[in-house]
Amino acid sequence: MSLPVRVGTLLVAFLAVVGGVIFVVIHFLLAGPPTVDYSSGVAPGQAVNLMMQEDPQNTVSNHPDWVSYFIKDPKTGAWVHTTLFSVPANTRINVTILGYDGCTPLRNPFWGKVTGTIGGTEDVNGKPVKVINTWDGCNVGHTFSIPGIGLNVPMASPTTVKANNELCGTSPCTSGPHQTMTFSFMSPKTTGDFFWQCRVPCGGGFLYGFGGPMQTIGFMTGEMEVVS
Amino acid sequence: MAAETSVPASGAGGAGERDSSHGIRIFVVWLVVSLAADLLIWFVLGPHLPPGDEASAANGQQFDIKVMSVMAAPVMALVLVYFSYSLIVWRQRPGDEEDGPPIHNNTRIQVSWITVTTVIVLCLFGFGTYELVNTAGAGAGSGQGPSPIVNPPGAELTVAQQTAPYTASKPLVIQVIAQQWKFTYRYPQFGGFQTTYLAVPQNQWVQFDVTSLDVIHSFWAYQLGVKADANPEVNNVAYTKPTQLGSITVRCAELCGLWHGAMYDYGTVMTQSDFVKWAQHSENHFADITSLLPPYATTYDPTEIAKIGEVELKLGITGANGGYYPPNDPSQP
Repeated sequence: MSLPVRVGTLLVAFLAVVGGVIFVVIHFLLAGPPTVDYSSGVAPGQAVNLMMQEDPQNTVSNHPDWVSYFIKDPKTGAWVHTTLFSVPANTRINVTILGYDGCTPLRNPFWGKVTGTIGGTEDVNGKPVKVINTWDGCNVGHTFSIPGIGLNVPMASPTTVKANNELCGTSPCTSGPHQTMTFSFMSPKTTGDFFWQCRVPCGGGFLYGFGGPMQTIGFMTGEMEVVS
Repeated sequence: MAAETSVPASGAGGAGERDSSHGIRIFVVWLVVSLAADLLIWFVLGPHLPPGDEASAANGQQFDIKVMSVMAAPVMALVLVYFSYSLIVWRQRPGDEEDGPPIHNNTRIQVSWITVTTVIVLCLFGFGTYELVNTAGAGAGSGQGPSPIVNPPGAELTVAQQTAPYTASKPLVIQVIAQQWKFTYRYPQFGGFQTTYLAVPQNQWVQFDVTSLDVIHSFWAYQLGVKADANPEVNNVAYTKPTQLGSITVRCAELCGLWHGAMYDYGTVMTQSDFVKWAQHSENHFADITSLLPPYATTYDPTEIAKIGEVELKLGITGANGGYYPPNDPSQP
């Protein structure tokens, strides 16, 4: 084998290895859902209006049977397959969550109590609620909980058999039976990342319902980035 | 060790210097170093050793670490002193090309070494075992399972006992419920309310009944000296007696999933009167959700959600990928 061929072969092999490493780093290590920006252009004292929805599935991902949250991009109005969002510090956050998913009971009914919101309540379809008894019927789909600030809000679900059998089947949902939850909380005064999670064991097929989507950012858990 | 008695033909001591001279020197230096190290460990370093002395179990653990350090220091000092002495006294001098003396076995030193270290280890074994089961008369702060070997006076082990009204003369019962990724605390002697905040009274035995609603966690209340595994369907009992007012940091000490690192919270050791006020206030504050909790039990089956299974079965609803997780879960992809 001539010298140019050997050098060429070596060069190709080297580039293949480098390319493989770059692919792994980009595809597996750096890849992740985007962060929806709710922090830019917010004047001091101005409230932020955060909008989310929770769906029975996620047909825009490679896990179409996983339950999932979506976040609305305030600039484009598009629903984004992510659970990461940023908000300014020490700001009132007005949250609206559309609950398209059906009911699943909480393992610990303690999380049926609303905590950490302004006024200690959430509004379900406009009616203030302090506690939802998830063991008494079909009434809760998920929760939105940020342990770092003591926030816990149960997400109401469609309550009837008929509605639960006609749940939205394509994500992000734009129609179908759902409940609308609204509540407000103050973002922390200090900056940082605060994880949030759902406390309903809705990861079906996984250990105690708490694997899969429950432990994957972009589905039922994520982070609130508080910026200055 | 055999080299200990094999004095080189040439060296600082010079040929013919007797073994006993080296032995005496090494012994004297070792004695001074050991004594200094032990005094420093006991009186200077000791009070700062983890996990502090905010509670009986923590104090017991600090005492154990001090005792073990004091016993280990002379052993380490002997090794270091002998090593240093060898480097200084028996080092090779410039121009000395002579081979060192042959090393022979020394049965007396070997037997002495094995005997002394064996006695030390057996003493530590006996001391450790005693401390494990009997620190302050209530275990070492780790979980003793559902049937503890040692209990403080008035320990409440049955559900009926644990739900009896609170009295300061008996241990305060706190059920620690671990779940991904948060600890909650249930106070059965105050109506069974549940909260995310850990408050304990000063100078009263506290009985932690630790369990889990899902995977294995570990309840680690650092300043209280308590670290007990939280297993589903297991009640793991641990005792401690807070002796100083202050804050408590609680962490999960068992890798339990994505947000294990964020599974921590804080608590407080209060005076008994402050604690009673706090507990009564919390009982009222959480009354609405307490009425919805299942009856107090020492464990809860994570595969069953009482009542709702019947409700959903009746309604014919499976919910968000199922609301009832049968015992044959999990099935991993």
